[in-house]
Amino acid sequence: MAAPKKNGMQTVWFQNPPVIISTASVVGPREGEGPLAKTFDHVINDPYYGENTWEKAEQRMMNDAVKKALQKASLQEKDIDFMLAGDLLDQIMVSNIAARTAAMPYLGLYGACSTMYEGLALGAMLVDGGFADKVLVGASSHYNTAERQFRFPTEMGTQRPMTAQWTVTGAGVAILAREGTGPVITHATIGKAIDMGQSDAQDMGATMAPAAADTITRHFLDTARSPDYYDMVVTGDLGVYGKRLAELLIKKSGYDLSGRFTDCGILIYNKAHDVHAGGSGCGCSAVVTCGYLMGQLKSGSCKRFIGVGTGALLSPCSVQQGETIPGIGHAVVIEARG
Amino acid sequence: MSFLYKSTFSGKIKVGVTGMSNIAVSERQKKEYAQTVKQVKPKPRLWRNVFWAFVTGGLICLAGQVILGFFRTQGLEVNAAGAATSATLVFLAAFLTGIGIYDEISRFGGAGGIVPITGFANSMVSPAMEYRSEGMVFGVGAKLFTIAGPVLVWGIVTAWVAGVLYYFFR
Amino acid sequence: MEFIRAFVVGGTLCVIGQLLMDLTSHKFTPAHVLVTFVSVGAIISAFGLYQPLVDFAGAGATVPLSGFGHILAQGAINGVKQNGLLGAFSGGVAAAAAGITAAVVFGYMAALTFKPRS
Repeated sequence: MAAPKKNGMQTVWFQNPPVIISTASVVGPREGEGPLAKTFDHVINDPYYGENTWEKAEQRMMNDAVKKALQKASLQEKDIDFMLAGDLLDQIMVSNIAARTAAMPYLGLYGACSTMYEGLALGAMLVDGGFADKVLVGASSHYNTAERQFRFPTEMGTQRPMTAQWTVTGAGVAILAREGTGPVITHATIGKAIDMGQSDAQDMGATMAPAAADTITRHFLDTARSPDYYDMVVTGDLGVYGKRLAELLIKKSGYDLSGRFTDCGILIYNKAHDVHAGGSGCGCSAVVTCGYLMGQLKSGSCKRFIGVGTGALLSPCSVQQGETIPGIGHAVVIEARG
Repeated sequence: MSFLYKSTFSGKIKVGVTGMSNIAVSERQKKEYAQTVKQVKPKPRLWRNVFWAFVTGGLICLAGQVILGFFRTQGLEVNAAGAATSATLVFLAAFLTGIGIYDEISRFGGAGGIVPITGFANSMVSPAMEYRSEGMVFGVGAKLFTIAGPVLVWGIVTAWVAGVLYYFFR
Repeated sequence: MEFIRAFVVGGTLCVIGQLLMDLTSHKFTPAHVLVTFVSVGAIISAFGLYQPLVDFAGAGATVPLSGFGHILAQGAINGVKQNGLLGAFSGGVAAAAAGITAAVVFGYMAALTFKPRS
């Protein structure tokens, strides 16, 4: 009755851990000035990236990241069995159009800002399940495309509260394979959509923190591991205040993450950027994972981390109708292989 | 122990028990969490915001007064000078929005940049500019009224009601 | 002196808008602020209480969007005075026509001329 590769309630483990053979990241100008600038493959110098619209710029970033990842692994489009990708725009239009150029069998994903980790988890399942030899996973976001869809036009004068986050302009792509060299994915814990009654679209951290905390504690329970098994616990885009909340909630459940808990949204910008609580968006966890975190594994300063892609499952419609916002967190364990 | 399931888990822990995953978040848990969020959330910088809203809004109105005075010296009567002032301010705000300055004014001055008629102009130009890529009809044409539409609807309906009431109860 | 009055009254009206946003943890968006100002301005004006403020503060009272509501309401009421009930339909917008047309025309031209930065 029990699924052979399922561990506990929400965690799956991989018999032949899929290998991340290649990653690529393309980021916008602001991210390229941040503390992680050196870890990205390419920094675009203008939010339009030479295109007419920001949407086209985001598509081009995605396509560039795909190309770069293929190139690093000396692969061609036809070598990829499935492409899993998603973004924040209506009907995930950026990924759909990027998939047209990539010309690979394509499955579109939407997990709000958790999309990269949803993709890594699903991709690893496809590979370990024997359905694919190579899977390409990607996610992207763009400050201007997201801002005008979810909030206000960018030239409109509005004040952002301190809890507001800044959507990362960036695209990250990872290629998973059955064999090869690189870090491996050993476990994935799929999160539940958890709604603690928060409805403030300008405070996504508070919306997502319970989901992230739940997935992380669930992971420890399911695997009977403790936090010190990991060098780092990295959430996607909780921001300063969301991270503080998640830390509190996790502590309440009896786990102490102190010293190893960080957040991609906090890492990606520095204070001078005036981004308030930190970065957010699909691109946030995607580029930090594909750039900085992979670099940490490679350099050996981190042996093993658990990454938790966090997402706030809202739409402009649900916000206007007064729906509270469910959050979600998907965890993936990535290890450097000795 | 997962914080959402504390009560359930106080008994025997059986991983994979069906139904466990369907426990909804209770209202009490939501309230508790709202309390925690309140503690962690930074307070808005109220006094700072209020001060700069006052200064920014005051300066825009002061500029309006200067322009009004100018039109008055040109011999326009009060209402015409007022209309000309509005049109001038709207023009300036549309221009400053176009060159990407007005949003900085409001980011800094908050309601000081929003409440004056210049903020109204900004709220028309910014979406129209941004949605031009969606065409001249559904882009520019429709989006000019994203925020101006509701403002006009409420303003016109309220004024109409005022007129009708005046007719019956003057 | 008229400049100081415009500055202080205009600034104070903006402070009310700021408080509306900050004290509702931004549930009150700029759109809500503008709609509230135009409606409340029209209501106050209908009771004859806005004109004294305009007389006192000049642009300090007409430049904030409550002044726009005031023009609409006074237009409708004056319309009724001149043309009876039909005036309630024609007076408001007619009085505010310059402001509305300026906003549409300049907004349209700006949208065609400029490209949003970031």
